[in-house]
Formats: sequence, C-alpha cells, structure tokens
Amino acid sequence: MSVDEVGGVLGEIRDEFLAVGERERLQLLLELSRELPELPERYAASPALLERVEECQSPVRAFAEVEADGVHFYATAPQEAPTTRGFASILAQGLTGLTPEQVLAVPDDYPMMLGLARAVSPLRLGGMAGMLGRAKRQVREQLAEGA
Amino acid sequence: MPAPLDPSPKFAEYARPERLVSTAWLAEQIAAGTTDLVVVESDEDVLLYETGHIPGAVKVDWHTDLLHPVVRDYLDGAGFAALLGSRGIGRDTTVVLYGDKNNWWAAYSAWVFTLFGHEDVRLLDGGRNLWVAEGRELTTDVPAPTAADYPVVERDDVTYRAFKEDVLAHLGHGPLVDIRSPQEYTGERLHIPDYPEEGVLRGGHIPSARNVPWATAVAEDGTYKPRAELEAIYRDGGLGLRPDDDVITYCRIGERSSHTWFALRHLLGLPNVRNYDGSWTEWGNAVRVPIATGPDPS
Repeated sequence: MSVDEVGGVLGEIRDEFLAVGERERLQLLLELSRELPELPERYAASPALLERVEECQSPVRAFAEVEADGVHFYATAPQEAPTTRGFASILAQGLTGLTPEQVLAVPDDYPMMLGLARAVSPLRLGGMAGMLGRAKRQVREQLAEGA
Repeated sequence: MPAPLDPSPKFAEYARPERLVSTAWLAEQIAAGTTDLVVVESDEDVLLYETGHIPGAVKVDWHTDLLHPVVRDYLDGAGFAALLGSRGIGRDTTVVLYGDKNNWWAAYSAWVFTLFGHEDVRLLDGGRNLWVAEGRELTTDVPAPTAADYPVVERDDVTYRAFKEDVLAHLGHGPLVDIRSPQEYTGERLHIPDYPEEGVLRGGHIPSARNVPWATAVAEDGTYKPRAELEAIYRDGGLGLRPDDDVITYCRIGERSSHTWFALRHLLGLPNVRNYDGSWTEWGNAVRVPIATGPDPS
C-alpha cells in the first residue's frame, strides 16, 4: 500500500495534518489527544495492562483486539503524556472498525506520513510506529489462535 | 538584577544554593510579580506545555528550539540570542527551568544555557510533577513577552561539554559516570523500551565508566536528595569522586546525564564536570571505539 492508498479514517487524519502548517499540526495532535477514549470498564481495573517502563516513567499500554465487528484498538497513557495520547488516539480512531486484514495492510511508516517529523522529533514518531507494530502483532496472534 | 535566592535550609547545604528553587518559593515570586525572572518549561513531551503550565511560563522545546535543525549539534550564538530574546530573557534575567520526567529536559536545557554562559539559571526542585502534585496553579494562557535584547555569545564547547574525541583522550585519566539503567550499561539491552529507534549497533558501556542511574540522585517526589546523601553516592563511600577529578557524564542522548551533571557541578560543587552529549547513541554506533560489557567497569 502506498502513501496515497491509505484510505478510511487513517487517510482522512493524514490529510487533515497535511492540509495545515506545522504549528497547527501540533494543535491538531493536541485535540486528538483529548479524544483518546477511556479504557472499557473490563480493562480499566486490570493493572497487568499497565507496563511500567523504568526509564521513561510513563505507564503506556496499547493493544488491539479482534472482535466480531472488526478490530478494536485500546490504549492508555497518562495525562502528562499528551503526545503519546495523541498518537494513540489516531490509532484508536483509525484502526477500530477495520478488518484484521485492513489493519495488517496499514503501512508500517504511517506515522511518518503525518508531516510531524520536524515538529515532534523522530523518536516520538518511532513510539507511534511501535504502537502500530504491537497492534499488528496482536492481530496476527489472534488470527492464528482463531484459525 | 537577579531574583532573590530561595533561602530553604536544604539548598543552603549545597555547594551552589542559588541553583535550585522550591515550588513554594516560585509560587511566592509569581504572586509578588518579581521582575526580571522568567520561568521556562522544557519538556520531553512537545505538547505538555499546551495542556497547562505554570502561570507566566514560556516554553523552550529541546528538540525544535535548542537543536540545530540539520547537524547533530546545538543552535549557534545568533540562534540562542534570537530564542532567548523572543522569550523575553535578557543576559541578566533569572531563568527558572522546570519540566516533565523529573526535569530531565529542564536540566538538559539548563546545561545548554550554561554552554552559552547564561549566568543565572536555576532548576525548580521536583519539576513539573511536584508542582502538579501539590495542586498548584496551572494555566493554558500563553504569555506574549516583550522581546529582549539578548547578546550574541559564542558557545563554549570546552568547559562543560565533551565530544567523542575528548572521551577517548579521557580514558585512563579520569572517571566516567554512566547514567543509564543497569541493563543498558551491561549491554543486555540496546535501548530503552519505548524508544526503539534510538537503538544502537553495539551494547555495553565506555570502558572504566561506573554505573549510577540518574534516579539515584532524587527522592520519591523527584527533588534532589540532600547534600549528605548525594555525597554518599558520588563522593567518599560511593563513587569516590574528588574535587580535582576531571569527570565526564553520559547516557543515551545526554539528557539524563545533564540531570546528574547538574548535581555534580552545582550541588556537590565539583569544578570539572563535562557532559558527553553524543552519549551512547554515538559511542555504540561509532567504528572501533572500545566497549566493555557486563557489570564490571572495564
């Protein structure tokens, strides 16, 4: 899948980013960070979902589930990590509802298509790529289990 | 005219008490409208300032503001003058830096400000986390400071900054302090888990470096430990650093080691401490530099 072929919500979000200047892209990411849904009740009380990363101090956890109506992407990140929350929110909005095959077809470098490389630093975009990669692995594992 | 000093007894014990301020002191200064004091937020998270910051604080982003856009280096004297001037900071302005992640990036910014010889740079002890934990005021109002005339000053890359060549020449002559996690130090892990692309080709540490993770220097609430405890960690009974030592600190990209640089230079008063900002992302990718693995320094 090429850059131009990313469709659906992920494509729309990418287009929104590319349509505005660099400063506005950060504002857009901030708005998206506020839209990150809370974890469903069944996960909210599962401390095992929170992964403590000693060095970065941010308990960030993202995971995908294959359900009857398609894939759901869930993520949790602290309020003091709005960039991470923004990236998680993009994936939550963009991946949820896709078929497992559509999720696996999302380009691994989708984070690099948002025009944020100069504003956010490559390491943060790498973090989003990590979330996407994790989601794909989990989808793959669940497909294998279900097969 | 510099802002008054924070008279906290804890700070009075440090070698340079004027380098730290408490949250209570800062709140008082803001309430009193102290002039020629600029509060600067410097975070790892590029959006955190926008979600709310200390009233009146301006933002300096380490990545987009302090780094050269192309070369792996800092901005030059003209760039620094433009940056600080735009934030309403003059050469004699008292700067109080604070930020997320236990002040890692605030300390990093303090170190970069020091390369340009900005005299009155202080850290908010405990950083953003403590300010928030204490329920102190945050605002989303972004100040529009009156531009200040900041002079163009040449960056001093000798006194407090070490390059790879300096570290090579340093081997066998002075102590190295590795600030990373023990797993990064031994070489078991090539990067910290959330930052995969900062990975390097070789794991381990610079030969002779001793491992003292940055967090060793702080208490539960993120404030620096009292001087006696820092002495026990870094001086006699601990690392054994002496005032006549030439010390080099490093981590992955130089931010956590700035936090320790600050403690060694300002809180313990060691005169010769340099930060190697190339750190492991440079050393672990460099061709034919010596590397040690495992828990032992050499």
